[in-house]
Amino acid sequence: MFRNFRLTCTALMMATVAAPLSAEVLRWSSQGDIVTFDPYAHTESFTASVIHHVYEPLVRRSETLSIEPALATSWEIVEPTRWRFTLREGVTFHNGNAFNADDVVTSIERLLHPDARARGNLSTVTGIEKVDDMTVDFLMAGPYPLLLNDLSGIFIMDKEWLEENDAVLPGNITTGVTSFASTNANGTGPFVLDSYQPDVGTIMSANPNWWDTPKHNLTSIEFRPITSDATRVAALLSGELDMIAPVPLQDIARLEASDGFSVIQEPALRLIFLGFNYRDELHAMPGQPNPLKDERVRKALWHAIDHDSLRDKIMRGKSRTVGILVAPPVPGYSAEADVPLPYDPKGAKALLAEAGFADGFSTKLDCPNDRYINDEQICVAVKAFWERIGLTVDLNTESRSTYFPKVDKGETDAYMLGWATLPAMDGFSVLRAILATRDGNSGGNNPNGLSDPRIDELNQLAAVELDEDKRRAMLTEALTIARDKAYFLPLHQQPVAWAIRDGVAVPQFPDEYVRLWFANVN
Amino acid sequence: MVGILISRLIQAITVMLTVTAIAFLMFRFVGDPVQLMSREDASVEEKEELRARLGLDQPVYVQYARFIGRVVQGDLGMSFRNQREVATLIAEKAPATLELVLIATTLSLLIGIPLGVYSALHPNGVLSRAIQGVSLVGISVPTFVTGILLILVFAVSFRLLPSFGRGQTVDLGWWTTGFLTWSGIKALILPGITLALYSLTLIMRLVRSEMIDILSTDYIRFARARGLPERYIIFRLALRNALLPVITVTGLQVGSLIAFAIVTETVFQWPGLGLLFMQAVIFVDIPVMTSYLLLVGLVFVTINTIVDLLYVVVDPRLRARAA
Amino acid sequence: MKTGTIRRKRLPMPPYVMAAALVGLAIILAAILSPLISPVDPTDNASFNLIDAELPPSWLEGGDPRYLLGTDNQGRDLLSAILYGARISILIGAGAVLLAATIGVSLGLLAGYLGGWVDALVMRIADVFLSLPTILLALLVAGIARAVIPDADSVFWAPIILIAAIGINEWVQYARTVRAATMVEASRDYVRAVRIMGLPMPSILFRHILPNVIGPILVISTINLAAAVLTEATLSFLGVGMPPDYPSLGTLIRIGNEYAFSGIWWITVFPAVTLVSLVLATNITGDWLRDRFNPKLRGSK
Repeated sequence: MFRNFRLTCTALMMATVAAPLSAEVLRWSSQGDIVTFDPYAHTESFTASVIHHVYEPLVRRSETLSIEPALATSWEIVEPTRWRFTLREGVTFHNGNAFNADDVVTSIERLLHPDARARGNLSTVTGIEKVDDMTVDFLMAGPYPLLLNDLSGIFIMDKEWLEENDAVLPGNITTGVTSFASTNANGTGPFVLDSYQPDVGTIMSANPNWWDTPKHNLTSIEFRPITSDATRVAALLSGELDMIAPVPLQDIARLEASDGFSVIQEPALRLIFLGFNYRDELHAMPGQPNPLKDERVRKALWHAIDHDSLRDKIMRGKSRTVGILVAPPVPGYSAEADVPLPYDPKGAKALLAEAGFADGFSTKLDCPNDRYINDEQICVAVKAFWERIGLTVDLNTESRSTYFPKVDKGETDAYMLGWATLPAMDGFSVLRAILATRDGNSGGNNPNGLSDPRIDELNQLAAVELDEDKRRAMLTEALTIARDKAYFLPLHQQPVAWAIRDGVAVPQFPDEYVRLWFANVN
Repeated sequence: MVGILISRLIQAITVMLTVTAIAFLMFRFVGDPVQLMSREDASVEEKEELRARLGLDQPVYVQYARFIGRVVQGDLGMSFRNQREVATLIAEKAPATLELVLIATTLSLLIGIPLGVYSALHPNGVLSRAIQGVSLVGISVPTFVTGILLILVFAVSFRLLPSFGRGQTVDLGWWTTGFLTWSGIKALILPGITLALYSLTLIMRLVRSEMIDILSTDYIRFARARGLPERYIIFRLALRNALLPVITVTGLQVGSLIAFAIVTETVFQWPGLGLLFMQAVIFVDIPVMTSYLLLVGLVFVTINTIVDLLYVVVDPRLRARAA
Repeated sequence: MKTGTIRRKRLPMPPYVMAAALVGLAIILAAILSPLISPVDPTDNASFNLIDAELPPSWLEGGDPRYLLGTDNQGRDLLSAILYGARISILIGAGAVLLAATIGVSLGLLAGYLGGWVDALVMRIADVFLSLPTILLALLVAGIARAVIPDADSVFWAPIILIAAIGINEWVQYARTVRAATMVEASRDYVRAVRIMGLPMPSILFRHILPNVIGPILVISTINLAAAVLTEATLSFLGVGMPPDYPSLGTLIRIGNEYAFSGIWWITVFPAVTLVSLVLATNITGDWLRDRFNPKLRGSK
């Protein structure tokens, strides 16, 4: 009954609202293109955010980023390892097929296939069972508090469409499978994919049959990737675009001074920090003991950095200096631990001397130059700060495509990393992926031998703790240990900064996702 | 004639074989393909299986033969970056680059030849010197600087022309063209000029030096002595002969322009082969890099061969020598 | 018509060539002597501070007399950064030319002197190189190097890779010129005589043949230097050049380009002007030298 009523309402609103609106097109640009339209063939958050306009998950993030029902309307924990989801009725895919349990089962099985690049996004799920046409059970290896968080990033595909187009297997270069789904899409989302040409653009139009009430007034979206910062800003200024995300920080002043444009910004969840090598020797000094294993040395490196200049000059006052590895809204955050070590080059030198490195030492510093805001400039500045306390820093900046594999292989001494705890938005992702010793599922982003027994213990405990308060206390304890021992050197929380032309209203989110189903254009 | 044809073809094939060999070596030895293509946690057996499936357990010459076999069939492998067939990617991107090169070549011929003729006829005139000077500046300013200046002036300040992309394109079967829409034509102008500047200077200087050369030959002196009209001498006798090397150079320039478009396409986000290749270099996407190399090599060799043969057809002296 | 007749046998250096040559020499000298003459050493971390970043040139409002041309985004003195950057650009350009000349001259001498299959082989290799445009080959070398060398972007490897990437292109011109000249010289009586006397080949090549081809080599080198500096800038612009902590002129322009709309124009304009002046001066000089040395262009038969 209720559902029918709502559908009617939606239909009525569509009829009344859609009619007077002419073509409301939102043209926007970012620095990179999406890598594929196949939701399971990538692990990039930017690609996921664009795909999200077309595909939807079982549960989604609301405008306040809380988790709310999407393709599933309700769920219950049948047993700690079996979660039951009731699916939304009356939803259709863009090709007209009805949405039901078979689609969810096929999607999850496709995701769990060994060839799916994104299967790590749902690592605790071992299987899925269809209960009836509108009910499915997720089976898990053990109790797991964050299943909903994980599911909010898992998009549901259409079983019949996958079968018709021979795309049941995820695209993968190892198996030589190019999937129809990597350049075409058929979801249930607010927008329908009209065309996708790599490096040229992606065009979507509003889905008139969307199950939810649209909060946007768009008729279509044109996404055009532009690599060069200058060209992207030029295209906005010349009226060829309505929005650029992100806007280069150095151009904010100019855009704010220009008529007809404004810059919108807020703090992102993403924290930028430097990681260290914890092996027996540094790559820069083979055959000698690794100074970075000494807590005093790591603290000296922290004291050496003038965070205020970094923020005011390179980040143009748009960042927030931090002392902990998660942002304030994320579970596990603690204001007491969020205190950076102060800028104190003399103290830094004293600490180095105390540790036996009065004459400094040599280290590598590896950074991406196209991943985080002003990443390359930050590292050039860090190199200078460190060299001023006596180190010799061999700086290497490169594209993310070659940088991250290198970090993964542990070929670095000090390296830059940004972490936004996505898609879970929970401090556990820092604990599990970055702080815990690399072993099985843990320490996926801890390639350089960091190992702390108490942190590992907390990692095991928090993973299965269903009491939220206790769980958060464990996360905070682990993050505080990391801060007190300076296992990482947190730099700042970076901003989400976009530029829009007047007449565009679009909400921003700390996870840096672009969610244009909340956008309005006049 | 036939002899020249055969020797040119043999030469072309040798060059192409060498280029494929370089491409093959890159594909095979730059970065272990197995390492690049398998998952991080792939087991040793999985990797061995992949090695066998890719034929990497065969002797190198067998692999090379197979590589050529695949390339001849148009199978260029799969892009590491976006997991699609390289052949498809190239087919998608080629029209954008070729239209840009066509515009640039046309522009440089239309402007370069008259300027070259003029400065040959008036070698010490003020205007000639000015043209010479500007042409030197032209080859001394990096393309990316020119491109950004053009964007600043025509896209941002005057809002006359688009700053990026191809505008509206029209699909003609497998070819997409920007010539059929107003926005497509406007989008071609700035990148077209930027790219043309590179070959314009070259053609202008070539026409000038060839003209000077020919105008001082006995042949022209005789023509003058016979009192033939000056227009006839300059345009029918001199320019016609001067254009021979221009044909060659313009032809050879097409290959260079395709490659040089890399810079222009990066500045203007022009979705062509150059942008594709540049991203492949940054992402170490070996299959795309090798394919691009093969393609440019092929274009170069083909044009080179055609130009050489044209030469033989057009220039009676060469024909006589061959006979 | 007067075309053929007014061109003189010996061209005196016109004033604008003189001026260009002087400007070129001045920039090259300033660059080479940059450790002595530049206000500070921009690679020395004690010489700059992030707090001073993006100060305008000293004559503008907010400028600081310590920084004549202002500072860059890291607070480095821009004038010093440009001088040091020019030094790196010129060293890479000169290194590339030297590499090309060495390969080209050696292969050209061998091909011209020995003839036969050596000649055929060298010329076929030259054909292959001619069929690959400069910028493409340079990017390929840079791309391969990045795949093979883990720290390809470091201050140690980047210049080596750049020199190799740029230098590997230009040798063909040298080889062709030297080969042609060598063939002519090798058939002369004095070389035959020296050969019969049993002088070793290297000695014949270097003592008797090389001196005769020095002129064209210099001309090619001058023009190639301009091209090499430009290619280096282009590679840096495309992101495969010198690292940001040891910037060349191209890297400075690449970094500055990101500020094209921010009003901080000096970061990109001054390095760009320096680069264009250097290349233009070299080109004008090279052009004139070519006209002088190349009898064909002089129009005398």
